[in-house]
Amino acid sequence: MRFPAIGRGALFLALFCILISGGPAGAKVYEPESFTLPNGMQVVAITDQRVPVVTHMVWYKVGGADEAPGETGLAHFLEHLLFKGTEKVPSGEFSRIVSRNGGQGNAFTGYDYTAYFQTIASDKLPLVMEMEADRMTNLTLDEDEVAAERQVVLEERRSRVDNSPAALLSERTNAALYLNYPYRRPLIGWAHEIEALTRENALAFYRKWYAPNNAILVVAGDITMERLMPLAEKYYGVIPARPVPERVRPAEPEQIAARRVELAHPLAAQESWTRRWLAPSRFWGESRHVLPLAVLAEVIGGGSTSRLYKKLVIEQKIALSVGAFSGGGDIGPSTFGFYGVPAEGHSVEELEKAIETELQAILRDGVDPAEVARAVKSMKASAVYARDSVTAPAHAVGQALAVGRTIEQIENWPEEVGAVTAEQVMEAAHAILTKPGHVTSILRPKPAS
Amino acid sequence: MTKMLLRCAVFALGTLLVLGHAGGAEAIEIRRVVSPGGIEAWLVEDHKNPIITLSASFKGGAAADPDGKEGLADMVAALLDEGAGPYDSEAFRRQLEDRVIGLGFSAGRDGFSARLQTLTENSDTAFELLRLAMTEPRFDPEPVERIRAQIVSSLKRSATRPQTIASRTWWRAAFPDHPYGRPDSGTVDSVGRITVTDMKGFAGRVLTRDQMEIGVVGDIDPERLGLLLDRTFGALPDTPAPTTPEAAQLSAVGETFVVEQAVPQSVVVFGHRGIPRDDPDRFAAAILMEIMAGGFGSRLTEEIREKRGLTYGIYAFSLPLDGAQMVMGGVSTRNDKVAETVRLVREIWAGMAENGPTEQEVRDAKTYINGSFPMQLTSSAPIAGMLVSLQRDKRPLDYLEKRPELIDSVTMEDLRRVAKRLFHADELTFVVVGQPKDLKATAPVPEPRS
Repeated sequence: MRFPAIGRGALFLALFCILISGGPAGAKVYEPESFTLPNGMQVVAITDQRVPVVTHMVWYKVGGADEAPGETGLAHFLEHLLFKGTEKVPSGEFSRIVSRNGGQGNAFTGYDYTAYFQTIASDKLPLVMEMEADRMTNLTLDEDEVAAERQVVLEERRSRVDNSPAALLSERTNAALYLNYPYRRPLIGWAHEIEALTRENALAFYRKWYAPNNAILVVAGDITMERLMPLAEKYYGVIPARPVPERVRPAEPEQIAARRVELAHPLAAQESWTRRWLAPSRFWGESRHVLPLAVLAEVIGGGSTSRLYKKLVIEQKIALSVGAFSGGGDIGPSTFGFYGVPAEGHSVEELEKAIETELQAILRDGVDPAEVARAVKSMKASAVYARDSVTAPAHAVGQALAVGRTIEQIENWPEEVGAVTAEQVMEAAHAILTKPGHVTSILRPKPAS
Repeated sequence: MTKMLLRCAVFALGTLLVLGHAGGAEAIEIRRVVSPGGIEAWLVEDHKNPIITLSASFKGGAAADPDGKEGLADMVAALLDEGAGPYDSEAFRRQLEDRVIGLGFSAGRDGFSARLQTLTENSDTAFELLRLAMTEPRFDPEPVERIRAQIVSSLKRSATRPQTIASRTWWRAAFPDHPYGRPDSGTVDSVGRITVTDMKGFAGRVLTRDQMEIGVVGDIDPERLGLLLDRTFGALPDTPAPTTPEAAQLSAVGETFVVEQAVPQSVVVFGHRGIPRDDPDRFAAAILMEIMAGGFGSRLTEEIREKRGLTYGIYAFSLPLDGAQMVMGGVSTRNDKVAETVRLVREIWAGMAENGPTEQEVRDAKTYINGSFPMQLTSSAPIAGMLVSLQRDKRPLDYLEKRPELIDSVTMEDLRRVAKRLFHADELTFVVVGQPKDLKATAPVPEPRS
């Protein structure tokens, strides 16, 4: 699985796992209301009045995968720089004003989107809207501050990647898995390219992509569309639309060769194994396989009663842990895969063989319709929990819209997943998992010399 | 680890709850529910979603692990939902997964907690599974050995992580003779020694009605909750709680330890004595900690990250444990900038002790503390957690209403006095893991305790 997003936060590392976007059987999910301003900015309200709090988010339809070659990390760097001020709200003041008003905020960058958010008492909503609208167009950047922030991002890279063998391997695995698609580049950027990013690079990227017609406003919590609409018109509606380039994403060539990526590292304490295939997303490849693949991951490796866990961890005791994962929420190619950690006395090669054997058994014998029914039921039911939050629905809806899904599609999720059959699951399994072009990555301990 | 500590600290400091406002949103109303059998829980009713969330805490965590059996509390936490009553591990897990019931246990330094989340329609089963897990855990050989292997593996994995090494070294140096100086989750050896008898003993000793606190949020009324409380917790023994850990004095005060490790970025952990949870100065301390380390705009982040680009993140927080109170912090920076970063932390610390905060900082911190609390309560689980910590800290039911006033009434004079009491630059003990340049260790790194 690719790392979903990286952000500016340090101690408020809010990494939102938005895997669930469903609702109770029959019911809709988040019941968002939406309209579009004359300048093209989409506005969404998700009402939940349990506490007098709102989460205000602006999503830009641009991310790491939209960077030009040679400037990896630029989308994320700009996200950091958006806190460096405008004429009205000078450097550092944005966060200070939000917290002075009892709010909390941050931002994060993905491959397909960049988002800025604040959670604050609902009567302070106009304040954050005004500031967020201001920095959509009025960013000013001081050369020294850009230089200091570049050092911060390099430290962020060291913390997240360079000090962690698993992250180092994951970065190299992505570079192998995607042959041509920009998901192959690290979101945070390669260190030597981060070092070369300039104020001018950042401003050019900003002017190119940051426009109301390329943005989505999502407000969740103690808000109604009736109250939101006039505020959205007042703060965002006055910003003129500008031409924004189309997102050009290169095609991925056919994957025909299996690859292995191995890293032996002194900080790795034990072996671990992952295998992934490119898999369809809603906008790439055979999108009808997306939900069946999610169900397949649940059946094969979604917890301690799943097939792989029962067989390899409990019965055969070859693995300490094992599981499956599936994506689908990207604009470009997603991934499907398996991971495992061998048990003491077993090698990563043994584990690999055992997982392959299980996979062959599934491809040969199929999955039991009862297994599928159980997985579907539990996926649908778990979606009820998705509403139990002000911030999570704002994230889920914003992310889905930012990659190009519609509210109707988000809301129909429970019905769609409820309709997945065992035949569809097997068809998807055959379509994806019999392809040769997978990447196996192995992390091994390296004795200190 | 740090994340968990951080959360504890935030809750320990508490703050206030906005009880409705002009916008017309519903207020959060806390009710005290006492079951027919005399079991108390604090409840926030909320029927918007068909979900019930429960949090329960007990006294006695890792600090109460017997010597040589470090990691016992953690191991019990990992095994209670691996088979109980008539259900073996798989049958138990299947019950949970089929009904999408979230049930889990966790151990802290001083306490042990349970959390349960269920759809209303499955609540009978969910509470029954919680009861079975607490009163009839099976500890069958298969799950015991499987979980033991997973814990050992995770101990090995974390043992190479600079963050873990820094934190463990700090605690070992600060508390050489106290349970707090031992690793919470144990060692490969100690976890290997834990027996089923140990685990059954722990469960019987810790999971008792004495000093149990329960918080419930969601789609349930007091009558039904009362019924479920009796059914679920009624069978727990009502024995006196395990003794709280002895008060501990911090050792290695003011020392700097360096653990050599070949990483591009050094990880630094620092800390010194703090003030207790019930101290009359705790509100002033909360304000000062906010000014010092409350994220963007705070002194540490402003000076070390924003102005100088020395780090991606620097943090500090109060950690009032039962047996010792601390102010802890951490930062990571490239090896050639560690000395400068450590020097700056000391300077910022000393500056606050000497001059106190500015008027503007105090105004901002007060509005932040008073305004930000509802932000933590935007889903059920943190509300349930808050209900538990309010009870643990013996706060009255209307505490949240009074809280803003208590924060607002802290004076500049209080803050200057408490700044001197709270921040001691020369007492900060630093542990650095990495290859720091130009930074001298003042003492040898203490050996792990056996």
